[in-house]
Amino acid sequence: MFLSETVLNPIFSLAPWIVYFPVIGLLLNIIFGGWFMKHTWGETAVGAVASLASFSAFVVAALLAVALNGQHGEAALATVAPWIHIGTLHLDWAFRVDSLSTTMMLVVSGVGTLIHIYAIGYMHEDVRFKHDIARYRRFFVFLNLFIAAMMILVSGNSYMMLFVGWEGVGLASFLLIGFWYDMDTLGRPSWANSNAAKKAFITNRVGDFGFLLAAMMMFWKFGSTDFDLVFAKVAEVSHHEPWVILWITIFLLVGVAGKSAQIPLYIWLPDAMAGPTPVSALIHAATMVTAGVYLVTRSAPIYMLSHDAQYIVATVGAVTGLFAATIAVGQYDLKKVLAYSTISQLGFMVAAVGMGAFVAGMFHLMTHAFFKALLFLSAGSVILGMERGHHHAAHHHGGHGDHHEVFDPGDMRNMGGLRKTMPVTFWLYIIGTLALAGIPPFAGFWSKDEILLDASLHFPHVYWILTAAAFLTAFYMGRQIWMVFFGAPRHEAAAHAQESPLIITLPLMALAALSVVGGFFNIPAEGFHQLGHWLMHTIGEMEIPPFSLTVAGVSTALALVAIFFSWLLYGRTPLKTGQPDPLKKPLGLLFVGMENKWFIDEAYKFAFIDRYYDLADFLAQKVDWDFWHEWFHNSVIAKGFVGLARFLADPIDLGLIDRVSHLLSDLVSASAGGLRKLQTGFVRSYALSVLLGVVAILGYLLLK
Amino acid sequence: MNFLFEPLSLVTFFPLLGVLALLFLNSEAKPAIRWTALVSSLLTFALSLWVFFFSGQYNPASGELQLVAKYDWIQVAGWNIRYYLAADGLSILLILLTTFLTPISILSTWTAVQERVKDFMLFFLLLEVGMLGVFVAQDLFLFYIFWEFTLVPMYFLIGIWGGPNRLYAAVKFFLYTMAGSILMLLAILWIGINGGTFSVPELIAQGNIPADIQMWLFVAFTAAFAIKVPMWPLHSWLPDAHVEAPTAGSVILAGVLLKMGTYGFLRFNLPLFPQAALQAAPVIGWLAVIGILYGAAVSYSQKDVKKLVAYSSVSHLGFVMLGMFAMNEQGITGAILQMVNHGLSTGALFLLIGMIYEQTHTREIKVYGGLWKITPVFGSLMLIASLSSMGLPGLNGFVGEFTILLGAFGSAAYGSYWFAILSAIGVILAAIYILYMFQKMFLGPAGEITHHHELKDLNWREIVTLLPLLVLMFWIGLFPQPFFDLMAPAVQNLLTVLK
Repeated sequence: MFLSETVLNPIFSLAPWIVYFPVIGLLLNIIFGGWFMKHTWGETAVGAVASLASFSAFVVAALLAVALNGQHGEAALATVAPWIHIGTLHLDWAFRVDSLSTTMMLVVSGVGTLIHIYAIGYMHEDVRFKHDIARYRRFFVFLNLFIAAMMILVSGNSYMMLFVGWEGVGLASFLLIGFWYDMDTLGRPSWANSNAAKKAFITNRVGDFGFLLAAMMMFWKFGSTDFDLVFAKVAEVSHHEPWVILWITIFLLVGVAGKSAQIPLYIWLPDAMAGPTPVSALIHAATMVTAGVYLVTRSAPIYMLSHDAQYIVATVGAVTGLFAATIAVGQYDLKKVLAYSTISQLGFMVAAVGMGAFVAGMFHLMTHAFFKALLFLSAGSVILGMERGHHHAAHHHGGHGDHHEVFDPGDMRNMGGLRKTMPVTFWLYIIGTLALAGIPPFAGFWSKDEILLDASLHFPHVYWILTAAAFLTAFYMGRQIWMVFFGAPRHEAAAHAQESPLIITLPLMALAALSVVGGFFNIPAEGFHQLGHWLMHTIGEMEIPPFSLTVAGVSTALALVAIFFSWLLYGRTPLKTGQPDPLKKPLGLLFVGMENKWFIDEAYKFAFIDRYYDLADFLAQKVDWDFWHEWFHNSVIAKGFVGLARFLADPIDLGLIDRVSHLLSDLVSASAGGLRKLQTGFVRSYALSVLLGVVAILGYLLLK
Repeated sequence: MNFLFEPLSLVTFFPLLGVLALLFLNSEAKPAIRWTALVSSLLTFALSLWVFFFSGQYNPASGELQLVAKYDWIQVAGWNIRYYLAADGLSILLILLTTFLTPISILSTWTAVQERVKDFMLFFLLLEVGMLGVFVAQDLFLFYIFWEFTLVPMYFLIGIWGGPNRLYAAVKFFLYTMAGSILMLLAILWIGINGGTFSVPELIAQGNIPADIQMWLFVAFTAAFAIKVPMWPLHSWLPDAHVEAPTAGSVILAGVLLKMGTYGFLRFNLPLFPQAALQAAPVIGWLAVIGILYGAAVSYSQKDVKKLVAYSSVSHLGFVMLGMFAMNEQGITGAILQMVNHGLSTGALFLLIGMIYEQTHTREIKVYGGLWKITPVFGSLMLIASLSSMGLPGLNGFVGEFTILLGAFGSAAYGSYWFAILSAIGVILAAIYILYMFQKMFLGPAGEITHHHELKDLNWREIVTLLPLLVLMFWIGLFPQPFFDLMAPAVQNLLTVLK
């Protein structure tokens, strides 16, 4: 390797291993996985290699955090190799270890490892339900690829290295959303899943376009994209050219909107649920989608300099938070509710970092990673339980029911009463729900409260919007609990649902524990605020607003009221099979909007997708082919030339012109009869004459 | 006789030994013919590596022309035409790309070309001589001879071994490029007669072409090069030639022949006519931007996968032009690297398409579908080539595109952010057409062809053909610095001339 170490504590030279380990894991599974899979222990081996790779990265991250703590949070660099050096452009493969990056590393590899373990059990069943066992290995290769890319994202020392991870996780996301690329979510042959994958990648590319422009502007205005060098100059540039700061923040926001699913680019995330559930949990809830929050936090010195930028970001986040929550209320698919909930919670985080409440945003990022991963994985357990129940029921009815009847194991209208058949999953789900709904003392309460508190002090409009969103959050989660776990089963699959094995529920228990105690990472009391003080080593000193009983009390009361409402509508008289949603009647058209995601997908299709396709088609068929290729070149030029040649040849009939034009027109219309000529050894003689020509030239030179 | 034993002469004309050997072989001895062609092209590659890296005669840290072979040739009536070969950082990568892609292309014809194998290989090796000559010639007259010479073998490669409409495509390719070259020939004669020499370094050193005449000469050279690149809107010959050419022809066409155009701009237009180039930069820049967006949009709407890749070349080469006429270090360096990148990624795409075409005999996108499941190795390699082509960071395409965009963004010659901003939209559009292609062919449920054919996954020969390209994609994507170091001094020199 091209080593140029600039490392203080030798521990920090381990930093690149957070990437090397998952890369080694995926290479091992690519090279030896096929051989593993020939044995009965193959799946376990493949899963173990991948999980161990992720766990090793976690151990390294923990070592880095400890070493960092030992030197009071002062950032360290591990430069591995130069990447692109042209003139004044200096991009290196350099890993940055500071309190912010290690926090992200720990969350990513920690939650990531738990999800790897869960996936060993989950994918074992999933590949069997979908009749393609060979794809088991591929899943873990992609999962390791994701961890590697995400680690590059959170540990890169420059915006460009961050961008490598940024697009890398996009690729992993594409591959995993489209994991079952030849079917839809119900396992029928279809383009649906691959469409979802493509949609995610392309929407994210729109965001990446913004990111790229921001990075290029940084280079030309700050002379670098390294974090330290950029931040060293922001004050100066902001003084002379404030518009530069504003544009950079806006371009970055486009990137954030893509990756962290904010308005107007959030549309890909609900579709991303086409991926297997561990993917939804890891990538599309806990880690990758929070990259935008990380990016804004990382760029704190830039955002702090522009109040306009802060206002825009905070508003986008808050509006997304409420907007997505309204859609979540109208969904019937278990994972779709959680998807819109994720968009909404990302809105909370983006609003927080937009307001400058970076600690609150990162705190919520962390707790959300715990409880949303828990909820998604529990949802996966529910879906597997339903599949098992469906399988079981089909067997009792003669064994081939599952191939003919279209059954959606993720549709909440098929569920009901699952608390009896899946008690472990039920309790885990309850813990996740309470944490998300913001009921004290669960983790989500503390982090959400900090965001609301900050908003109430500085951005009142954000406070009101987010409070409304928090109310809806508790409501749709309550709705989900009643519909899924209470009442009577509305489908025989639900009646025969079976609890998941320990390999699936054990990682869930770890996440549940974190969802309960996660709030203690940043206790809002004098002398605590551990996460805050830890992060301030990187983002600088920030004010810590004192805990407010009013804000906490109001949001808790609202959450309880919302859960009570949900009980009134869905708990008191459980939904019957085929009965429409009880909200449909009182809300009328409003509910139709919620149910149909406010028709945003349709609007985008009409406004952008179809238009671009039409434009491309018009350019390709009409302009490029019919006009330019066929008419202009073939008719005007070619025929015109032949015509001119004939005109000159026939009436004027000069011997010389006659011969030349015949030669040329013969050449032009050679397509008719030239073939035969070419096939009679003419070519050989031509080749020979070319060779002779070359020899003649050489000969002339030689004899001269 | 000495001139032949100059290092660059040896590299350039080495394939002729293969030609000579082939002439002694029986036309029916196909394996022997193939091996002879492959071995001679591999030896040429080895020789080129040796000359540049192991002979001790080429110093990569120097920006000057090196390995100079300079001999008087035609010295009549005041004409001062020389046999003048040399290489520097602007050409070294293209020379290596040529010697690298030729054996790969030959390997790809192993089973695909069954008719008149001997003629095919003759032309292929002659083509290599012509291409190498273009990249090493430092005398305008000599350059022109090599430039025109490449048309002949390519004409026959398309015209004999091409698809159903091959003669139309071959004739169009020939006439179209020929038409552009005529203007260049006139300009070359004017320069050579007025300047008293055809040697490019001497002409650059003189540097006394008046500004108003510079523009005329610039336009004349541009006519030849812009058609070759091809720059929008002169790309009409490209889809025909690409679609009709046999796989190996498409690989060389996209990989090397198009680069002769961009290289021409770099080697002649910029240093010979610096004032005109500076003046023309915004015009060329806008044509490049249009090409990037237009090529990407038109690609998206293609039904034929080879045509899709052909139009994507219009977009990719637009990036090369954009970087070059940004006229700063990042832009020009990125442009040179992107020439190589395009050769690798588009070359790989054409090879892969050829491999499936050999089995199915159709290039219609919609009859495929679900290929990844049936041919996993093929699908995975296609994915990597596609990602390289759409500029995913970590692979080669991104390094080139990013440096080009960065150069354009801060370019004084352009003087506006819009060139870079609009071109960056091309990055989104590239994802759209590439993913469309990948999805419709490799994802989704099994299509007509996938369903009814007993499709075989790649065999070892095919994997070996592709592997070098893939290795380079990762190498350039992750550690491009050795490549940049090769060109940096020469780019510095060029920038001094431009100032």
